[in-house]
Amino acid sequence: MTRHLLMTRRQKMTNHLVEAKDLTYIYSDGTKALQEITFRITRGEAVGIVGANGAGKSTLLMHLTGILLPVSGMVRVGDYPLTPKTIPQIRRRVGFIFQNPDDQLFMPTVFDDVAFGPLNQGLPMEEVEQRVVEALQTVGAIHLKDRPPYKLSGGEKRAVAIATVLAMAPDILVMDEPSAALDPAARRSLIQLLAGFKHTKIIASHDLDLILDLCERTIVLSEGRIIADGPTLEIFNDEKLLAKGRLEKPLVLQGCPVCSHK
Amino acid sequence: MATLDAAWQQIRRFDEMAAGKTVIHRLDPRVKLIVTFFYIITVVSYSKYDLLGLLPLFLYPVVLISLAELPLRYLLRRLFIAAPFVLFVGVFNPVFDHTRLLQINGFIVTGGWLSLVTLCVKFGFTVMAALILIAISGMNEIGSALLKMKVPRVFVIQLLFMYRYLSVLIEETGRSIRAYQFRQREGARTRVRITRKVWGSLVGQLLLRTIDRAQRIYQAMLCRGFHGEFHVLQRKKAGIGDIVYLIGWMLFFMMARWFNIPAFLGRFFMGVGQ
Repeated sequence: MTRHLLMTRRQKMTNHLVEAKDLTYIYSDGTKALQEITFRITRGEAVGIVGANGAGKSTLLMHLTGILLPVSGMVRVGDYPLTPKTIPQIRRRVGFIFQNPDDQLFMPTVFDDVAFGPLNQGLPMEEVEQRVVEALQTVGAIHLKDRPPYKLSGGEKRAVAIATVLAMAPDILVMDEPSAALDPAARRSLIQLLAGFKHTKIIASHDLDLILDLCERTIVLSEGRIIADGPTLEIFNDEKLLAKGRLEKPLVLQGCPVCSHK
Repeated sequence: MATLDAAWQQIRRFDEMAAGKTVIHRLDPRVKLIVTFFYIITVVSYSKYDLLGLLPLFLYPVVLISLAELPLRYLLRRLFIAAPFVLFVGVFNPVFDHTRLLQINGFIVTGGWLSLVTLCVKFGFTVMAALILIAISGMNEIGSALLKMKVPRVFVIQLLFMYRYLSVLIEETGRSIRAYQFRQREGARTRVRITRKVWGSLVGQLLLRTIDRAQRIYQAMLCRGFHGEFHVLQRKKAGIGDIVYLIGWMLFFMMARWFNIPAFLGRFFMGVGQ
C-alpha cells in the first residue's frame, strides 16, 4: 500500500516536469520583470511563450535554468525546487539554447564545443565521443565537427548550438528565439528537427508561425504577467487577446494576400 | 577599423593552425610545452657574443614549421610585430661596447654590434618558439598541459578566459567603431577619426557591452555544467612518440650548448683548425 502510494507520488512529481508558482522577479533597478507567474508544464509537452519585447519572456526562461533566482514564489523542475543548491541538478535536466549561438559556442572546434557539457558531467571519454557524434548526427552537422564554430553559417551555428545541448541528454529543452537570424530554409529545417524531438519543449519566440507548428500550448505574457495560457490555435485566433499582447495572427492564419485584398 | 578586423582574423588564425592533424599536432601538449621551455632556456643561456654557437638551434623552428606545415610567412610577420621592443633594448649596445672582436677585410666588428645581432637572433628564436607552441597546440591544450603539470588552477583559468574574452572585446570594439564610422561626417568616411569628445562614451559603452556579452557566455558555460574546470578531450595518452620527441630535442639542445657544432662541422668537412 505504502509502496503503491510512493510510486504514484513519484510518478506525479516527475510528470509535472516544469512548474512555476507565484514567480516574481524584480531587477535591481526596480523593474518588475515577472509578477505572480504560475504554470505547470508536463512531460513531453511543447509550450510556446509569446509576448511583446520586454514582456518578460527571456527573464522567465532564465529562471528555468537557474541563471536567475526568483525574488518570491518558486520554480520547480522535476523533483527539484530551484534553489542555489539544486542548480546543478536542474541544469542536468534542462538544456538551454541561447538566442545568439555565438554566445553559446566558445571552444575552438565544433567537436570540442559539443564535448564541453558531457566532459563537465564527468563522463568517460568513449561515452563523450559517442554522445558528441550522436548529437551532431541528430542535427545533421557531423561533417562540421573539426571546423571552428565562428566560421559556420547562421543555420549551422544554430544546429551546433542545439547539438551542444543534446549531448548532455536533457529531458527539457528551453529555447530563446530559436529562429532568430535564420534564413527561411534553415528555419524550416530547424522546425523539422525540433518537431522530431521527444523532449519537453519550452520555446520563447516572436515567430508565431514556428510556435504554431511546434507547440500545442501557448502562454502569452504581457508586462510580466500571464494574460493567457491555452491551446495555441485558440489563442492565435483570438485577435483581441493578441492585440493586448502586442502580437499579430501568425501568417498562416491570416487571409491570402492576393484574394483578401480584392 | 580594417586593422581591428585583421587583428581578429590573426587570433582566429592561430586556432585554425592548432586544429591541424600533423605528427607534431598529435603530440602530447605537455611534451610540446616542456620542449619549448627548454629551448627558450637554452637560447637565453648563450653569452652575448656567442652568435655562432646559437646557429644550430635554428634547426628547431625549421623542423617544427616544416613538419607541422605552418605558414612561415605568417609567423614571420607576427614575429616582426614584437621586433621594435628588442631593438629598443639593444640599440645602445654598439654605442657603449667598442671591444674589437673581429676584422674582416678592414671592417671591424665591435662587441656592441655582435651583441646586438646576437640579441636579435635570440629574440627571433624565442618568440618564434612561443608562436610555434601556440600554433601547434592551441590555447586550450596549453591550458590543460599546464593543469596537468600542477600549475595552480587559478592562473590557468585566468589565461584561458583572457584568451576567450579577448576575442569578445575585439568583436565588440569592431562593431562599435563601424557603427560610429557610418555616422561620421561626410567625406571623413575613408578613415575613422574619433574625436576626443566621443572617446569617453565609446569606451564606456564598449566596457558595458563587453561585460554583458562576457556574462552571457559565462552563463552558457554554467548551463553546460562548467564548474571551474576546462576539460579538454585528450585523444590519447603520452606514448612512445612523445617520449622520443622530448628526449631527442633535449639531447640536441644539450649538444648544441656544450659542443661547438659549427666548429666541429667545419673541422669535419674542411679540415680547418687542425
